[in-house]
Parts: sequence; C-alpha cells; structure tokens
Amino acid sequence: MIDGGAEDKAWSRLMAAAQDGDRKAYEALLRQAVPYICAVVRGLHAAPDRVEEVVQEVLLTVHRVRHTYDPARPFRPWLAAIARRRAIDALRRRRRMETHEVFDAIAYETFADPAANKHQERPATTEHLSMAVANLPARQREAVRLLKLRGLSLAEASAESGTSVAALKVNAHRAIKALRKRLTGE
Amino acid sequence: MADDAARLIERLAAEARPVRRLRPPALRAALWLGTVGALIALAIWLFSDLTLSLQRLQNARLDWEMAGMLLTGILAVVAAFHLSLPDRSALWALLPLPPLALWLATTGYSCYRHWFTDGWALGSSWDCLKFIVGVSVPLGGSLLYLLHRAAPLMPVRVATMAGLGVASIAAFALQFFHPFDVTFLDLGTQLAASALVVLATGGYERLTLSRGAR
Repeated sequence: MIDGGAEDKAWSRLMAAAQDGDRKAYEALLRQAVPYICAVVRGLHAAPDRVEEVVQEVLLTVHRVRHTYDPARPFRPWLAAIARRRAIDALRRRRRMETHEVFDAIAYETFADPAANKHQERPATTEHLSMAVANLPARQREAVRLLKLRGLSLAEASAESGTSVAALKVNAHRAIKALRKRLTGE
Repeated sequence: MADDAARLIERLAAEARPVRRLRPPALRAALWLGTVGALIALAIWLFSDLTLSLQRLQNARLDWEMAGMLLTGILAVVAAFHLSLPDRSALWALLPLPPLALWLATTGYSCYRHWFTDGWALGSSWDCLKFIVGVSVPLGGSLLYLLHRAAPLMPVRVATMAGLGVASIAAFALQFFHPFDVTFLDLGTQLAASALVVLATGGYERLTLSRGAR
C-alpha cells in the first residue's frame, strides 16, 4: 500500500503526462482518483445516487480545467477543490429544486392525460399536500417520505426503516391511493 | 467503480489532447498589469496636463488616496488571477482590502470636507463616471478574457475581483485627467462608478452562469 504523499507524487506525474497528451496516463489517473473523489463528495453529499452523478461532473470538470494544474504543486488539493466545488454546486441545485418543487404523487398519473386534469381548478398546494401526507397512517407516511420525498430506492428505504421491501411497496401504494382520494375526491 | 463513470473515463481519455499549461498566476498578472500600465502611462504623457498633475501630487492626502487606488487595483488583479485557479485559497480575496480601506477612508474624508464647502454643487461628476466606465470596459474585457482561460470554478468571485481591479486602476488614471478641485458629488461619483463596474462584472458572470454557458 502506498502512502498519501507517494500517491500524490504518482498522480502528479500522471497528470503532467496527461497534460502532454499521454492518454494511458490520463485514463490511469482518473481511474485511480475516482475513490478519492467519491470520498470527498460523500463527505458533503449523503445520498449515494447523487454521489455517482457528482463524481461524473467532477471528472468532466477535471477534463475541462486540466491545463490549470501546475505539476510543481501537489495534485490532491487541486482535485479536492474541484470535487468540493462540484459537490456544493450539486447541493445548491438540489436545494433550489426542493424549494420550487411540490411533491405531488398523482402528478405523473394524471397530468400527462389532459382528460384527467379536471381537478386542476383546485390545485394541490404545498399546504394541502403537507396536511394530506401528515394525516396518513405512520407506516404509509414513512414510505412516502423515504421513497417519494427523499427519492431513496426500495432497498435503501428498507435498510433505513427496517421495513421489508414488500411492506414498503404496499404502504407506498396505499399512501398514494389515500392521497389521491383526499386531494381529488376520487 | 460504476459503469457510467468507467465509460466516461474511457471517453475523456480517448479525446484527451495535449494542453498548454497556464503560466503562474503572478506572472500572468504582472504581464497584464505591465501592458496596461504602459498604455496608461503613454496616455497620461500624451494627453494630460502633467505640470498641473505634479502640482496636485504635492497634496499629501491626494497622494494617499492615489496610492490606495493604485494598490487596490494591482492587488485585486493579482488576487483575481490566483482565485481563478481551483487550488488557491479563497483568502486571496482579502488581499486588496487594506488599500481599499485606505482609498475609501481618504475619499470619504474629502467627501465630508467638500460637502461643507461646496454642498451638492455639480462639478464634473458625469465626466468622471464616463471616464471610469469607459476605461474599465476595455480593461475589464481583456482581463476577463485572460481569467476565463483558467475556466474558474467560482467565476462570479473572480469577475468581481477583476472588476474591483479595473475600476481602481481607472479611478487612479482619472486623477491625471481631472486636474482641478473636485466636489462632493465628483468624489461620490468616482466611488459609485467603481462600484458599478464591480457589480457589472460580477453580474455579467452570474448571468452567464444562469444561462448555463459553462
């Protein structure tokens, strides 16, 4: 196992070679650096599905700004600064989306079909939705929170809640059915 | 490693061409400042009333004020080149603050004094504003072009620092083309014009970002 200092020097050499056009060195460097990028991103970004997305953004940024690396300086701080920046950008994007988006479980099932939009005259406001979700039974509310609001996969939600995947599916289905009934009167 | 990341790495490696490394930021800043300094010196020599300017420079308060402007300009430009690189500390943004404080303090004192003697008399405020904005636009354009070569990760911060640099240099140059007693409004306008340039460069970058140009 090589220590951080030796690894940094090795990466620095690979990057210098990559800047000179050595594609093999570049590919080797990016492959070796991915776990390090993941670690930096994960420190700021908890959701695993987002980490993968941010890592790809970091790789693209490294590619775009690779001419700014100075081989006389350590490589890790340069890479970590890019990874942190992209992770923060992704977090801000996510917060902006969450601020402007309203959770509406029935949107996908109704808005795509114009005939199903009869109830648009009484739009579901954030307040209505929050109240409707709050009034769900605890297990259904938990399923909606994990699967729909936080966007976790069934496996992740199951691991976090200690509920089986099958029970989560049933609870989520019942929750959406109850929300539909409450919000549309169907 | 996830398949998507592995595929992306293959693609990036396949299209990787040799790149020209950026020169050290201090050297790039020195080259830009040297070129701009030479042009401004030439303009002052050709078009300003040097005798009158030298007489005005005997005023110690004006000397401090001009030193504040010039140092703010130089240090803000140096800071902008450093900040444009990913691995440089954000503390570089603090570099121009001491001379900026000197500039604001000396100009603020003048404003206070002139307000008592001249009140709201309109001197050549409009000309000051036009001069500072007019000089800042070409200087700012060339500086932003050079700074963009680093593809800065925090472009708004870098552009704001660049705006401060060019506005300060323009305000310094103005002193040689404004060789008469200024009024309260003139001094206020100089500061406002500089602030306008700083806000405009930062705002331009924000607009570019929001359009997803990066």
